[in-house]
Amino acid sequence: MGLLDLFSYEFMQRALLAAFVTGLAAPAIGTFLVQRRLALLGDGIGHVAVTGVALGLLTGTSPTWTAVLVAVLGAVLMELIRERGHTNGDVALALLFYGGLAGGLLITGIAGEGAATLQAFLFGSLNAISVEDVWSTILLSVVVLVVALGLSPQLFAVASDPEFARVAGLRVRAYNLLIAVLAAVSITVAMRTVGLLLVSALMVVPVATSQQVARSFRTTLLGAMLMGCVAAVGGLVLSAALSFRVTVAPGPTIVLLALAMFTATWPLGVWLRRRSRLMAPFPEVTATPHRSTDEHPHEHGETCGHPAVPHGDHVDYVHDGHRHAAHGEHYDEH
Amino acid sequence: MTSSDPAAPVVLHQVSVAIGGRPILRDVDLAVHSGEVVTLLGPNGSGKSTLVRAVTGLLPHSRGTVRLFGTPIEDFRDWPRLGFVPQRSSAAGGVPATVREVVASGRVGRRRLLRPSRAADRRAVQSALEVVGLADRAAFGVSQLSGGQQQRVLIARALAGEPDLLVLDEPTAGVDLPNQQALADALGRLKGRGATILLVAHEIGPMMPLIDRTVVMRDGRVAYDGPPLTQEVASHTHHPHDHTHEGPGGHDHAPHVASPLDFERRAR
Repeated sequence: MGLLDLFSYEFMQRALLAAFVTGLAAPAIGTFLVQRRLALLGDGIGHVAVTGVALGLLTGTSPTWTAVLVAVLGAVLMELIRERGHTNGDVALALLFYGGLAGGLLITGIAGEGAATLQAFLFGSLNAISVEDVWSTILLSVVVLVVALGLSPQLFAVASDPEFARVAGLRVRAYNLLIAVLAAVSITVAMRTVGLLLVSALMVVPVATSQQVARSFRTTLLGAMLMGCVAAVGGLVLSAALSFRVTVAPGPTIVLLALAMFTATWPLGVWLRRRSRLMAPFPEVTATPHRSTDEHPHEHGETCGHPAVPHGDHVDYVHDGHRHAAHGEHYDEH
Repeated sequence: MTSSDPAAPVVLHQVSVAIGGRPILRDVDLAVHSGEVVTLLGPNGSGKSTLVRAVTGLLPHSRGTVRLFGTPIEDFRDWPRLGFVPQRSSAAGGVPATVREVVASGRVGRRRLLRPSRAADRRAVQSALEVVGLADRAAFGVSQLSGGQQQRVLIARALAGEPDLLVLDEPTAGVDLPNQQALADALGRLKGRGATILLVAHEIGPMMPLIDRTVVMRDGRVAYDGPPLTQEVASHTHHPHDHTHEGPGGHDHAPHVASPLDFERRAR
């Protein structure tokens, strides 16, 4: 059986569809989490959602919906703890993380299920996705995307400066809760493909990749969604291809692919940032008495390779700790 | 004094503000009239920022009345009329954003939910960028700008909402002289258009000629309210913590405890 045959299987088509919408939705809300410097909030919600899955297993209802419910409750609780407890909010969050994971493991045991059942939810599973799961995944993803993109001006304002947003008349608390709830929903959406323990990576890593090269929030957001899609679908296909030989869960493959994409763009980001720092215009201040060079063995020009940095109405050529501006026959130290 | 103009942009009448049960502002009376530029001076801990937070509704007041444009602040809904520049060292967040995007987020109070931006929004953003002199940097990432330029971005963000009253909390903190001049030019242009400005400042510098009135805060109360003071007068008489005016070794940043009794009194 070849890789192409694999695509004719219904479970594979379902998994691909789920991965595609997950790859779009998770980075969309992840961008706002990174903007608020809450990159690890997703990880916490993922841990809490384990309890939700276990409750689903215990009661015999759909684990997706119990996970959504518990994750939303956990996210709201975390947001309230973060808002109230100023000093050791992260400790409170840690308590919630471990409580969620431990509770989940305990309840799974009580439900009479083994670690293998839970593993499909923790690290993702190709063939565990039912038709019903695909529909709920698509539905929830569409909700996340419509709200996150539709309210992006408001969410951007709240995430970048809550005090300003509040004085502008926005209900900052409601928007913060909305971000937390959307994060919880997209985590349960990603549960089937990436798994609860790795889901946060799909919310954060594509954003980190995208912001290496992007300068605006808009391109970061759209780029992160593209990266997320490529990582989710690509990782899924890769794990399917590898599963002929070894046992691989889709979750780790997707996350490692996303990380590989970050590693590939990182040097580019370093170079871009360095260049933009070098080429930032010098401030125009009333000149201090400047010196002229005695003899300059080198002729500066457009092709000389030295950075030509704008400085008022001319450019300064930067080399060896000098800022040389052409002045008639010689160069001035500016 | 406060009764002369009931619809003045800001009227505080015997306002007290407590944080965690401790009174920070006590019995503050203050009015900012339409078209006025008022600076709020005072040492650290004198309650300047608390006053600004009470005026912008970020902190509730425990006594007295705060009125914005004649409406008690509890009932005030017309928030786009108020432009706020919070005390921040940077306009950048966790994700890159361009200058235009940050300034455009200032329109958020005037935009309807789930609607694309209109021509009026874009015009207001462009005009705000021009007032602060950053129109040519609109496509730059904010993190590429210097601290002073980022302060100008924050001011442009407040201006994009086309406010009638602008409240600025220490916009000149840590800003180099050329950028202070650019800030002063921007505020001068606004004053020319008849804007009302309440400005908390540590350094007045090039903004001196714009100022109509100075209010000096001291220990949570208004210590002076009158014609503009030069910075030297304000800092010498009411600015004991201003580091630039202290001799070498005059202040070692350790709490000064003159006697156990003194300590006890402070602790209470």
